[in-house]
Amino acid sequence: MSAARPDVTGIEAPVYLHYHFTAGTAPARFLARLREGLLSGQRCPRCGNVYIPARGSCPACGVPTTEEVLLPDRGTVQSFTIVHIPIPGNPIEPPYVVANIVLDGANISFIHLLSDCVNEAVRIGQRVQAVWRPPEEWDYAMDNIRHFRPLDEPDVPVERIGTLPVSGPGVPR
Amino acid sequence: MREIAVVAFSQSACVADIGAVNEVELIMPQLQAVYAQVGLNSAQDVDFVCSGSCDYLQGAAFAFVAGVDALGAVPPLKESHVEMDAAWALYEAVLKIRTGHADSALLYGFGKSSPGELPAVLSQRLDPYYLAPLWLDTVSLAALQARMLLDSGSITESDMAAVVSRSRQNAQANPLAQLAGDVGVAALLQDDYLLAPLRRGDCAPVSDGAAAMIIATVEQARRWGVPYVRLTGIDQRIESHNPCMRDLTDSVSTRQAAAAAGVHEAALDVAEIYAPFSHQEIILTRALGLDEATVVNPSGGVLAGNLMMASGLARVGEVFQRIVNGDARRGVAHATSGPCLQHNLVAVLEGA
Amino acid sequence: MAITEKLSQEFELGFTYTRSTGPVVGRFLTGLRDSRVLGIRGSDGRVLVPPPEYDPATAAALSDWVEVGQEGTVVSWCWVSEPRASHPLQQPFAWVMVRLDGADVPMIHCLQASSAEAVSTGGRVRVAWVAEPRGHITDIRCFVPVPGGAS
Repeated sequence: MSAARPDVTGIEAPVYLHYHFTAGTAPARFLARLREGLLSGQRCPRCGNVYIPARGSCPACGVPTTEEVLLPDRGTVQSFTIVHIPIPGNPIEPPYVVANIVLDGANISFIHLLSDCVNEAVRIGQRVQAVWRPPEEWDYAMDNIRHFRPLDEPDVPVERIGTLPVSGPGVPR
Repeated sequence: MREIAVVAFSQSACVADIGAVNEVELIMPQLQAVYAQVGLNSAQDVDFVCSGSCDYLQGAAFAFVAGVDALGAVPPLKESHVEMDAAWALYEAVLKIRTGHADSALLYGFGKSSPGELPAVLSQRLDPYYLAPLWLDTVSLAALQARMLLDSGSITESDMAAVVSRSRQNAQANPLAQLAGDVGVAALLQDDYLLAPLRRGDCAPVSDGAAAMIIATVEQARRWGVPYVRLTGIDQRIESHNPCMRDLTDSVSTRQAAAAAGVHEAALDVAEIYAPFSHQEIILTRALGLDEATVVNPSGGVLAGNLMMASGLARVGEVFQRIVNGDARRGVAHATSGPCLQHNLVAVLEGA
Repeated sequence: MAITEKLSQEFELGFTYTRSTGPVVGRFLTGLRDSRVLGIRGSDGRVLVPPPEYDPATAAALSDWVEVGQEGTVVSWCWVSEPRASHPLQQPFAWVMVRLDGADVPMIHCLQASSAEAVSTGGRVRVAWVAEPRGHITDIRCFVPVPGGAS
């Protein structure tokens, strides 16, 4: 019986903790706006930078941000990668493009999918626009935007990415 | 050795559930308050920043890193973090200043415990082979400790209730307290047991909130031209991870830390003690060698409101404020971490 | 401006860890699997259960194994009237510090008892094993009072 069994060398030690997570004030406002199909950022009262999604502070200046700025759903690719490796639990079929996108009027990027494009043709400075789900599917979630798709507009020079006004690139300087 | 001055302190109210507030929003009001006390613009105006927090409380991985967004880290800051109460962030900063690597430091601690089940979360700090798989929690461990004291005859349940009663009474003068009121011993003893021999009142409430402090060399404090309190001693000691290996009816590590911090070198007007359970205040009062001449926990202590990861720093802040306000000349602050007073820190503060 | 809604979400944070036991913890857990309780002798001569890998006083590696009894004396206890779902017993129970016969340091585990009145410091208890021990601290299902045990 037991004498034949090998000595214990390891144990299973699973830990499951249960939480009731509550979003902060700034993230909650961002998500509530998103449910209305709006993209809401916040402006720093000190340096003027606009953050989306905002977390309630300017991480550069360390001051609270309260002024809301509604942003368009058009932006610029700041960086990207083509994912070839399947990620467990992720339903998206590789290869696909994940991009840092800076919305017009914002000074910081967020990460989203870039699709309806030739992956190999994706480039930094490329203009893109959100492709939304139908409004009846909108929730407090970033995937109200299914993905971004390329716009037929001239590329934005690297030095201007993240500095565009809400109105977009306009005439290149 | 370079002398340390505490120059600013701020603490949020203790609330059971702060709701729609993230770590940045929790921390920033306290940072703004301590900047204002000294006349600083931002964290860029101090040499070093150190924080204390535990991501498991709110179940948000790397919340302590997200908290840096409250600081304004452009250009980058010299920053550090302890996964424990911010009293230990204070300890790290004191070492940094004493060794000449900084002249000033900003400290903060924050905890949002309401999203989780705090006793269950803290149970996973225990030995991962022998105790954590049982989900033995910290309240239960404290109850085992209380029973040993009661069985030994060194305290009674009335003594425990007297601690709670005094906490509630003192907290009536503390606008930041979560639990305050005129509650007598007899009434407390009529409550049902929460986890016998502990009643609910014997256990600190769980509070959301944050606290922040600024310290500096005495020379820097004078340059800033703000009132300051000297931190003349600080020491911290830890005991065995296994509660059964320790004498739970005493706090040897507190005795050692108190002696090393110079607690007994002069009279003490005030003591702020981090005792999450009523019987632990009695253990600690004895270990610190306090008598009637010292006012213990005039704020109500953590039985009136317990900011996990910030209450230890807040004990130092409470003593600082009482000395700055002229209510005391010399005081001792105590912080604890781990089950049954495993790890203890003692700081001595004196008027300038 | 929109009034901020309070948004919250239930979630479970899971860590599916396995842990290596090393020679000391592994031997203790192997003992439990074989329905034996093993301790280790510290440098001061005290028998420590469960066994630490290193002496708490001198930090010397320990290897002097001692089998201890499966009955012991309650050193302290508390009464859990509302067990959590994660607790090892789902009926009201006691946490107990038990000094097993032959050990010098108590261990903490749960005690199944009919009520708080049935538990006392100094009471005698014994190990109740699970039906199929696997080499885990919960192979000790709980302690149970020894009938007629002094208290």
